[in-house]
Amino acid sequence: MSTFDARFVRGDIAQLKRVVNGHPLTYLDSGATSLPPRAVVEAMDRYYALHHANVHRGVYQTAAEATALYEDARSAVARFLNAPGGADEVIFTKNCTESFNLLARSWGATFLTTGDVVLLSEMEHHANIVPWFQLRDAIGIEVRFIPVTDDFRLDLSNLDALLQGVKLVSVTAMSNVLGTINPIREIADAAHAVGALLAVDGAQSVAHSVTDLVAMDCDFLAFSAHKMLGPTGIGVLWGRKALLDAMPPFLGGGGMIGDVSVTGFTCAPVPARFEAGTPPIAEAVGLGAAVRYLEGLGMAHVATHEAHLTADALTRLQDRFDGRVRIIGPGTVDRRGGVISFDIQGVHPHDISQVLDQHGVCVRPGHHCAKPLMKRFGLNATARASFGPYSLTSDTDALLDALDDAMTMFGA
Amino acid sequence: MSSLDDLYREIILDHYRTPRNRGELEPPAVRVEGFNPLCGDEITVYLNVTDGVVTDIKLTGQGCSISQASSSLMSAAVKGKSVDDARAIIATFKDLMMGPSDAEHSPAELRRLGELAALAGVVKFPVRIKCATLAWNTLTQALDETSN
Repeated sequence: MSTFDARFVRGDIAQLKRVVNGHPLTYLDSGATSLPPRAVVEAMDRYYALHHANVHRGVYQTAAEATALYEDARSAVARFLNAPGGADEVIFTKNCTESFNLLARSWGATFLTTGDVVLLSEMEHHANIVPWFQLRDAIGIEVRFIPVTDDFRLDLSNLDALLQGVKLVSVTAMSNVLGTINPIREIADAAHAVGALLAVDGAQSVAHSVTDLVAMDCDFLAFSAHKMLGPTGIGVLWGRKALLDAMPPFLGGGGMIGDVSVTGFTCAPVPARFEAGTPPIAEAVGLGAAVRYLEGLGMAHVATHEAHLTADALTRLQDRFDGRVRIIGPGTVDRRGGVISFDIQGVHPHDISQVLDQHGVCVRPGHHCAKPLMKRFGLNATARASFGPYSLTSDTDALLDALDDAMTMFGA
Repeated sequence: MSSLDDLYREIILDHYRTPRNRGELEPPAVRVEGFNPLCGDEITVYLNVTDGVVTDIKLTGQGCSISQASSSLMSAAVKGKSVDDARAIIATFKDLMMGPSDAEHSPAELRRLGELAALAGVVKFPVRIKCATLAWNTLTQALDETSN
């Protein structure tokens, strides 16, 4: 029996008690970063206050505690993702972007060769585009894109042809601009049928829906902690154990070695192989706390709550402004998450955000690090409101009132 | 006057809705593009300089009200001026953008700035300063190219 109640979640977020520019803070930028609950902040505080020591080295009590806390976080993440191979498949990185760089530089540079194809989609953000272009420039792979339809979906009608010569498909589970949720299992099956692997960008999906790696059947998954109620400075690359075992290290240094002599080095097994140097220990503890907090809420309940918020906001944006607010993304919650990009004729997104800030409303203007997608729809920026588990319909009330003010000011 | 009204002065909204000197110039006019990679604003400055005078300037691009109004105000301020005067106006504007947000401007300063003084309120919104300066940096580059 669920006890999920977004009002209780909200009570755990100190920042949501702030008054900004004379208004209670209305935070609608969870797609950029989420607000950590007290449990996450306290877990990191407690770690630094009582348990801080370097991991994997010392034999004294607190070093053992720090190592246990760090590895507990890895186990918590593996459980949260339903990772088929357990905690050893979870690599801690700096963020989702570094996870993709690791994948491209380690797996890509080792297993791809001139002429091999990496298939992305037009709705990727730059973290899942630029590392592949860098690899193309280094070793001559081809980077190809699944197009996006006019109704904001991946155009999979031509997927078989697009998959010709493809060794890796790398697509987002949920667009950070459109909110579109992609059919990952369908893409996994198609990729595997031609012997290709599937990497998934989970940056937007992991905090807002159930992640089940067994059901998804992808081969890699990348995401950041700070978009799932955790701290900045830590992210995850999950990969199938057999694939990770075959990959060379990405960064060299302490912690990733088996042995070092004056003639060379050998590598540690995974996951240590990919975690050179002192890792972000407090951040891992915070991520572990965030995962446990989300598990306590129940991701299915979070998804239901955010679908309700999104449906309500989509309806009211369209009704109240009578078509003057154009939604850049699916118009209903069918296969869609809680990020809502919009465009208002005659009011630039920066100006929308500026006026909204005067109402204490936080939304994000810009290209959202997804310029190919912006170009696809002839835009150079959108304003984007996005929900988290602590969001309420009253946040949408504040958004709509502030938008009214922005449109009046600019005569839109 | 609330600070938001400080930012969105009527002159700024007017230049945003009715930008001056929009369009393109044919070669041999100098053409320079400016981008703000953080927000996606873009501007193209077309510049004709004859005998050390900015004889014509045209602008295209898209962006927020501050970047568009700033570029429109800039074009009106430098058109017909000598290159030296145009560079002096750029320097004055840059000083305005770098100044303290509570700066008091003397009547002489305000006279020199003319309509550009309407952009003084931008300084109170540090994240918007880059919106206001994009066109000016692009113009500087265009002036440099004409002197090459």
